[in-house]
Amino acid sequence: MLRMWRQRVTLTDLVIWGLGILILVGVVWGSIQTLRLGKYTLAIWYDLIITGLALGGVYALIALGYTLVYGILRMINFAHSEIFMSGAFTATFAADALYQAGWWNSYPVLSLLIVLLVAATVSATIAFSVERIAYRPLRYAPRLVPLITAIGTSFFLQYTFRGLYGSGQKGYPDMDIFQGAIVFGDVRILKTQLVAIVGAVIMMVILFSIVQYTKIGKAMRSVSEDKETAALMGIDVDRIISTTFLLGGISAGVAGILFLILFPVAHFFMGFVPGLKAFTSAVLGGIGNVPGAFLGGVLLGLLESVGPSLFLDGLGIPAPYQLKDAIAFTILVFILIFRPTGILGERMAQTKL
Amino acid sequence: MSKRLFILLGLLVAISMLVAACGPRPEPYQCTDPIGCVKVAPGEPIHIAYALVVAGPDETLGIDSRNGIEVAIAMKGKLLGHDIKLTGEDEGCSAEGGQAAGTKLSADPTIVAVIGTSCSSAARVAMPLFSQAGFVVVSPSNTAPDLTEPGNPNNHPGYLRTSHNDKVQGAAAAKFAWETLGVKKAATIHDGSLYAQKLQEVFAEEFKKLGGTITSQEAVDPNATDFKSVLTSIAAGSPDFIYYPIFVKAGSLITRQAKEVPGLEKVYLMGADGMFSPDVPEGAGDAVVGLFLSSPDLAAFAAEYNSVFLPKYKELFGTDPISIFHAHAYDAAMMIFAAIEKVAVVQPDGTVYIPRQALRDAMYATKNFKGLTGNLSCTPTGDCADPKIAVYEFKTTSYPPERIWP
Repeated sequence: MLRMWRQRVTLTDLVIWGLGILILVGVVWGSIQTLRLGKYTLAIWYDLIITGLALGGVYALIALGYTLVYGILRMINFAHSEIFMSGAFTATFAADALYQAGWWNSYPVLSLLIVLLVAATVSATIAFSVERIAYRPLRYAPRLVPLITAIGTSFFLQYTFRGLYGSGQKGYPDMDIFQGAIVFGDVRILKTQLVAIVGAVIMMVILFSIVQYTKIGKAMRSVSEDKETAALMGIDVDRIISTTFLLGGISAGVAGILFLILFPVAHFFMGFVPGLKAFTSAVLGGIGNVPGAFLGGVLLGLLESVGPSLFLDGLGIPAPYQLKDAIAFTILVFILIFRPTGILGERMAQTKL
Repeated sequence: MSKRLFILLGLLVAISMLVAACGPRPEPYQCTDPIGCVKVAPGEPIHIAYALVVAGPDETLGIDSRNGIEVAIAMKGKLLGHDIKLTGEDEGCSAEGGQAAGTKLSADPTIVAVIGTSCSSAARVAMPLFSQAGFVVVSPSNTAPDLTEPGNPNNHPGYLRTSHNDKVQGAAAAKFAWETLGVKKAATIHDGSLYAQKLQEVFAEEFKKLGGTITSQEAVDPNATDFKSVLTSIAAGSPDFIYYPIFVKAGSLITRQAKEVPGLEKVYLMGADGMFSPDVPEGAGDAVVGLFLSSPDLAAFAAEYNSVFLPKYKELFGTDPISIFHAHAYDAAMMIFAAIEKVAVVQPDGTVYIPRQALRDAMYATKNFKGLTGNLSCTPTGDCADPKIAVYEFKTTSYPPERIWP
């Protein structure tokens, strides 16, 4: 029994387990210390959690674009963060025009629809063209080729938009109906945060239903299983892939508007950091899996928002928020060590990788 | 036989050529400077470079300084009968950008002097390269104290600045908060950049000396967009005042998000000269009203600032200055021109030799130089400013903010 165990467990395993336990002890000990110190009241914890949820919602929505494309093409579309930026950046100009015309606050719902439409159209058009121009000719090339193309496309889009709109930052006007907060007892939630969370959930549900319950979704899933067989069954693979990119583009456009409602400043580089975080969320949740991307996004948002105060304050580390990414990514690494396919990624690992 | 004759003939020709080369001719200039000379042939321009942040979210800071240099060049016209050529690199307001600009510019031996960098973080990595290349470097807007601290490893030969040292700015901000606003508890935020980190340190020290309490000294990532969590954590210490001497992008988002965090609705917000930009009200929206900024005191500038400099600036670029360090850049350029005129050796044919070490010595020896920003005198480690700090407040959402103190 003992010998068998010795053969199966290598030194590396032991080191990894040891590190894992060390991190776990650090996290638990830090949390206990923080809670014992009582520096933060319950209301502050609620605030941090809600901030994390809202941020996570936006990450999740961008992550959906990564996950949809990965599910079908087995390719990381690194240009997705720029697809997100293009819609959001363009929408600020539409928003500004509406604001100047006085429609912004007198017809808020209509204005919001227009802005959403602009963002979604621009993002979807760019996503569609990127697939058509940059990825389709490389469909049967080795896997690394479209990956490099994606990175190139990403730079191309960034600097094109820098050329178009300049390298300064552009403000997105506040909307009166989103000002203020809703209070339930100790819990205080800003309307902008509520919009972000609700919007993200709605988009997730819509995308999930399209993939699961419509005919086109069925076709998408079959292309994802096996492109050749799907083609033999009479599915137009190219059209399905284009549709996937369109859907990804639309969700990126909506994510862009939600992002601007939360953080109302646009610039040409705005996609980079959220894109990276969203990609991480998609991997964390299990890339290729729609609910997984959502779960990953929310988890990452929460870790970033609550983590530094909860884990590090108690350990007496000064300026903990500088380390928020370090915390989030350390925990990501450990989740991936113990679940290499992500939280909900089991099925993917066995059948498709 | 004919072969031997041929060799003899060849030898004779060679010897006669050598004799001719060594023969009596106008004595060429012998460069004896320990770190070399720059030779500017007739018709060639004297080459000055800039390393400023001229692209990206903090671009107004660097573009404004570059405009200041161009005004100086336009006013100067010719230097020792040569045109002045200005080229440059973006330093991105970051260590990586500073490294790139430093490597690129220091490879060009025609450069006499560099005006830059905009940001202290870039100076920290670019300066060793510039210093090695023998340049004179004058920064219009580096304010981190250690760059000119004697004996500090970040102080390099050849470095000078016309901007104030943040020891002055931090103390002024603390004094303003304590005396004028009457606050007792303050928090600070920096973004990990050399400039912000040192400035908030000086502020915190001075504020404690005056009798105040520092509730927390936080740090953020300059590329992040969500600062609500960190602000919520700061709110737990219930400060009356938050000092965040960082840059435009993060600074405008913090200004906006602070108003949305419970417990911080009434808190005083203050930034520093790095946020003196029209992009701040653009990014912060209505929340910018009531934001204080510490910055060089424009009202204390020389009379020529209003009568000569501003009209020329407007004529060349069609706008009013878009940030705060244009006059410092102008002074930096003018100081360099004056020093070049002092040390350059002009040959009868118009060739100019500029000895590099002598130029450095002349720069450090600058005393009572009448600049736009005041009377500049340089210390042996390169602090040349005549620092006067004022506090400005955004009373409306339009740029520029109004001067309110002292």
